[in-house]
Amino acid sequence: MENTCGATHSEREDAPPRLEMEREGETLWLRITGEWRRGFRLPPAGAVERELRSIPEASRLAYDTGGLTGWDSLLLTFLLEVDARCAERGIQVETGSLPAGVRRLLALAEAVPEKKEMRREGRRPPFLVRLGGKTLSLADSTTGTLAFMGETFLSVSRLVTGKAKFRGSDLLLYLQESGARALPIITLISLLVGLILAFMGAVQLRVFGAQIYIANLVGLGMARDMAAMMTAIIMAGRTGAAYAAQLGAMQGNDEIDAFRTLGISPVDYLVLPRLIALTLMVPLLTVYADLMGIVGGAVVGVAVFDITPIQYLVQTRESVALAHFGVGLTKSVVYGGIVAFSGCLRGMLCGRSASDVGAATTSAVVTAIVWIIVACAILTVMFHILGI
Amino acid sequence: MNAEKFPSEPPITVRNLTMAYGETIVQRDIDFTVNRGDIFIIMGASGSGKSTLLRHLVGLRAPVHGQILYYGTDFWGSDEGERNRIRRDCGVLYQSGALWSSMTLAENVALPLRVHTELPPDRIREIMALKLALVGLSGFEDYYPAELSGGMRKRAGLARAMALDPEILFFDEPSSGLDPVSAQLLDELILELRDSLSATVVVVTHELASIFAIGTDSIFLDADSRTMIARGDPKELLRSSEDPRVRRFLTRGQEAA
Repeated sequence: MENTCGATHSEREDAPPRLEMEREGETLWLRITGEWRRGFRLPPAGAVERELRSIPEASRLAYDTGGLTGWDSLLLTFLLEVDARCAERGIQVETGSLPAGVRRLLALAEAVPEKKEMRREGRRPPFLVRLGGKTLSLADSTTGTLAFMGETFLSVSRLVTGKAKFRGSDLLLYLQESGARALPIITLISLLVGLILAFMGAVQLRVFGAQIYIANLVGLGMARDMAAMMTAIIMAGRTGAAYAAQLGAMQGNDEIDAFRTLGISPVDYLVLPRLIALTLMVPLLTVYADLMGIVGGAVVGVAVFDITPIQYLVQTRESVALAHFGVGLTKSVVYGGIVAFSGCLRGMLCGRSASDVGAATTSAVVTAIVWIIVACAILTVMFHILGI
Repeated sequence: MNAEKFPSEPPITVRNLTMAYGETIVQRDIDFTVNRGDIFIIMGASGSGKSTLLRHLVGLRAPVHGQILYYGTDFWGSDEGERNRIRRDCGVLYQSGALWSSMTLAENVALPLRVHTELPPDRIREIMALKLALVGLSGFEDYYPAELSGGMRKRAGLARAMALDPEILFFDEPSSGLDPVSAQLLDELILELRDSLSATVVVVTHELASIFAIGTDSIFLDADSRTMIARGDPKELLRSSEDPRVRRFLTRGQEAA
């Protein structure tokens, strides 16, 4: 943008910036005229250096600003550049004739010498240094995670012995937020998942004229795995992320420190009610999602594949035993714990800036989903071995 | 409570304290004692580690080296139960107030009482109303922190810090972000609380007006040498300190170093 502006401005009549150089004995005169402002193309300071190089006997540089009509920071950057190049060559710079404002700003800019030791290395640190840094920060975050796990465990044991204190109204609020308020989206997603399962299976089953087995496929799929997993993933994105953001923002406002300095455990007060809310609500939502998924499958079966509603219902009841719901429910309890734990973990370990809160939120969702899948795999193998 | 057990011990003793973030040393060799009834000022330029020192004093960060003693008890040498008991005797007013944003003022002030005392709800409500009245916020019980101005939030934070009648009150930059009149009122409130509750007060600040108005003792942290370079009554320091860095700070740069 700067460039296009420059082009239009330069075409204007009012005096463009000009630099003339003139030798007078040992002095090099710089005649600065016109508008030295943003939007004009400025003469480069390199030209001055070239001129200085061509006259080795020069020992002094002076300005003539009689024709200068306007200036801003650009003039200052030019002058500082010239100053620096003159300093390198041991040439004395005469600033007396510059406008008073320019002189004062130059003096201000040069008043505090650059702190060279504070300058960050622009170069990327070598590979081993970066690897070491990453390893150390991984070790740090593992320590943090373990410490938080320990604190949460202590807090849960205090809950079991009835010593943990938190506000009942908080718990009710979280129950409502993660329960009733999540119903619409759970309804939508599980209906669609049931629908998709039915279509997926039907394409194959129809070849054998076995459409009726859509009911088995949808019923078992929802009850054992899909309902619990979809619910958990939705809750990770919806509630786990919210927990991380809430706790992260509290961290930035010293609210968590305020708990600690009052001798109140922030884990009891902030984490425990959230953990309880999700471990209670995710299973309940899963039951609801089971039902919605089966309804979704039934819609497809009845509308597209000529199964009567009664047939579908009977087939579902015959194929899905209570044990299958038990498997799904067990998984959902674990998922609920994982979602709440990851959200609170990322929130409690969050840094103090706004971007830290964003990172904590993202990380809460990613952590939760990864662990949900891992837990699902482990539990599936376990149930298989147990023969359930 | 502690005071009765160890009447002769000073409220806070800091011995040979070194503070660091990772490998960056913030301050080293900090040594001072805060006596009962003092208004102890921790002063220094921005970035000198004043707030870090406060975080160490209130038990949020562990020192790399050295000890912090409350009434003769080594804070970091104690177990968690003892530490929490010490924490209960300390009230902290954070820079931003740090009120719990999901609770009303009444709930904010009442929470420490509900957790740490067995008082019936009625008594807690009375105490809460009293504390809010002391800081001039009667009638704002049911407001949420976000609905208040910065100065009011600070005063509400003070009411919460005083909820458990602490023996030591910590203030982190109490006058920052306040207009001169509110800042002065807060100073008067601090003096009043010290006198009436016979509390000990530790203030982190760089406001010269406050420093001279309320300080009875102080330390000066220097950012470059990373240690304390002066100690004593700030008014006395202004009169007789020889150190150019301290003079420059206390005279607002009038006497250049």
